[in-house]
Amino acid sequence: MNTITLKYFASIREALGHASEPWATQAATLGALRAELLARGGAYGEALATSTALRMAVNQTMADDTAALPAGAEVAFFPPVTGG
Amino acid sequence: MASRVAIQTADFNVSDEIATLRAHDARVGAVCSFVGTVRDRNLGQGAASISALELEHYPGMTESAIEAMIDAAHQRFDIFAARVVHRVGKLAPLDQIVMVAVTSAHRGESFKACEFLMDYLKTQAPFWKKETLGGVALWVDARVSDDAALARWGIEARNAPV
Repeated sequence: MNTITLKYFASIREALGHASEPWATQAATLGALRAELLARGGAYGEALATSTALRMAVNQTMADDTAALPAGAEVAFFPPVTGG
Repeated sequence: MASRVAIQTADFNVSDEIATLRAHDARVGAVCSFVGTVRDRNLGQGAASISALELEHYPGMTESAIEAMIDAAHQRFDIFAARVVHRVGKLAPLDQIVMVAVTSAHRGESFKACEFLMDYLKTQAPFWKKETLGGVALWVDARVSDDAALARWGIEARNAPV
């Protein structure tokens, strides 16, 4: 088990109702982690659905489904960015 | 040397920022700056309709992402220094949101680096805008045109949904 920190921003944060939570995962990759979270159903099933415009970061660097999950990683889920 | 990135709720003074950026560096012959401000309307909207804008960001990642962009600008262009200031929190039409300023010996390099940094920031820095239109707050959608702007520099943004 790898206990990681999940962070959510903008519309994803609002849909899930919280900004951060610890999560014990067996996933080795970001894609496997997302599948775990999708399986929680409810708001997670909708907010993190693969068909939505979801962006991800591991340890504060943009990442995709193939990214490895280091021990104690900080993993963030958010919509496409709109700054500037 | 002043820090290269500032994320703040407070407004900024462009003259002060530029003065600090080029202070004591007599190699500088060109300073290029860009300021983004809050519009009261968006594409396709004729009349003013936006009453407020709120900016959220990812503390820590925002700073490191922009630092990496400035490193990339130094690798691509012959520039001396760059500074990015981005505001977060509640803003209103006419407010300043973002400033990018770059110094170089001649204008071409700072013009290019300034545009490169803005194009990069628009699609790769973790900020999110929420607009209030007619009393309703809505998250702003990412634009394909912003991804296209970064593509001109040979970088694939993969930000806006396709």
